[in-house]
Amino acid sequence: MTQTLTLDGVHTHIGRYHILHGVDLDAPLGRTTMLLGRNGAGKTTTLRTIMGLWRASRGTIRLGERRLDGERPSEIARAGVAYVPETMAIFSDLSVRENLVLAARAGLMDEARLAWIFGFFPALKKFWASRAGGLSGGQKQMLSIARALVEPRALLLIDEPTKGLAPAIVDGLIACLKDIKQRGATILMVEQNFRVAREVGDFVCVMDNGRIVYAGDMAALAEDRALQGRLLGLSLDSHQ
Amino acid sequence: MTDIGAALPKPRVDVWPALTPLLVAAVAAPFIGSTSTFVTLTLASLAMGAMLFVMASGLTLAFGMMDVLNFGHGAFIAVGAYSATVVYRFAAPLAGGSLALDLLVFVAALVFAALVCGALGFVYEKLLVAPVYGRHLEQILITIGGAIVIEQLLLALFGTEPIDLSPPLAFRGSLSFGEIAIEKYRLVALALGLALFVAQLVVLSRTRIGLLIRAGVENREMVEALGYRIDRLFVGVFMAASALAGIGGVLWGIYQNQARAGMGGELLVLVFIVIIIGGLGSVTGCLIGATLVALISNYAGFLAPKLALVSNILLMVVVLLWRPRGLYPLGAR
Repeated sequence: MTQTLTLDGVHTHIGRYHILHGVDLDAPLGRTTMLLGRNGAGKTTTLRTIMGLWRASRGTIRLGERRLDGERPSEIARAGVAYVPETMAIFSDLSVRENLVLAARAGLMDEARLAWIFGFFPALKKFWASRAGGLSGGQKQMLSIARALVEPRALLLIDEPTKGLAPAIVDGLIACLKDIKQRGATILMVEQNFRVAREVGDFVCVMDNGRIVYAGDMAALAEDRALQGRLLGLSLDSHQ
Repeated sequence: MTDIGAALPKPRVDVWPALTPLLVAAVAAPFIGSTSTFVTLTLASLAMGAMLFVMASGLTLAFGMMDVLNFGHGAFIAVGAYSATVVYRFAAPLAGGSLALDLLVFVAALVFAALVCGALGFVYEKLLVAPVYGRHLEQILITIGGAIVIEQLLLALFGTEPIDLSPPLAFRGSLSFGEIAIEKYRLVALALGLALFVAQLVVLSRTRIGLLIRAGVENREMVEALGYRIDRLFVGVFMAASALAGIGGVLWGIYQNQARAGMGGELLVLVFIVIIIGGLGSVTGCLIGATLVALISNYAGFLAPKLALVSNILLMVVVLLWRPRGLYPLGAR
């Protein structure tokens, strides 16, 4: 299978802290790879390093044949990588439309694609001209994801999209992510909610202490409770 | 998704900061007494506020977006004023020919000052500012050093004596309405300040580059992650800020009838007060802040000249006690 995204021995230092200790990771083309692990394991740092927001101090990051390590975030974005940060990072002073206009680097937004996005996120259509800062938490998350979808991308990096959202909103988000998957998007997603990970993920990588300690099929991990307990250190019954 | 239809809270229209200049004028009017004096003082303040706005608006955008404490901003004001003296020297044979010619020379001085300061801003950003992004203490030291170098260069090039920068003949004198006298040049400065305010609002709200600037003020990292070179945007904003300082320098120099190397440094405290009162990064806040500073200066200067020395510091204290992040703060970074 073609490896769309490949990390090979990636190390990242933030200041004097050594966060990633040689991350090896493959995210296959057109599939969703979940990145799981305890708090502080290095999941967000991995996404930010891929996006160029932290500089890899060692190792290589490739998207297809193109090396991403050492490139600026803007160049990585132009290579087709979209990033949905944990903080959502919407521009609250701009309207919903303006947020999406900036995300559509090609200029005009594609009407059909916009209609597809509105199908999932009708609130964005409803509040099209409203200031994004006034949106609810769930609506802001929709906008943050919509910003990554407004143009076709080779790879979506999504960091904890369900964090802090009500269960009913999480269900809607799962449906959305599944549809994005069906359209052939390649996704690398950090998620703490194992139910979401199980429903959306094809593959899983588990991180601990800045390294990948397990990589395999999501379905296999979902069925092996002993492995879940060992890798993730939690009783998944309480998270389902 | 469940809350797709949830209504947004009604956006709070925050009109109180915009009304503060009216409030200040209303409070001052009974103390001033004479209507003609009050109107004259108020119009003079609005003109002064417009000039302060032009000088400060670039700094507020650069400060809000780039998080750069540019203590050298005042030097660009002086460079703008000296640039105008160069244009006026070359255009001396045309001066006083007609209103159209005076206007043409005035516009040429503004454009030349903007170009010179924009170009100088490019060099200044590359040489001094870019190496110290995110390091405030070093920014303060290096930009003060840059300002000293520019000031000394102006003294070396133009001499130590102030250079005459009188208003064009067409802009001299006053218009009288009964007992109210308004200097023509102040009306020109007011009109230009308002035009630049509208132009900035249009650019910021209607153009892609404006959206990027507003987005960059709020979250630079995300702008870069969307595929835009934030460093190039920084340079562009810094050049525009320098050009606006230059235009402000022309206006202020003509208002003061002279160009001096130290004029920018003297204005810098006022400019910083304006952008702090207005809210860093906010163009509208900058206009309100500049108007307030000018009104308080002129009213206090008329009513209690000794109080005028500290009036703007007091104004800043009062505003920050009321609105700790300024009158129109933008989203926190």
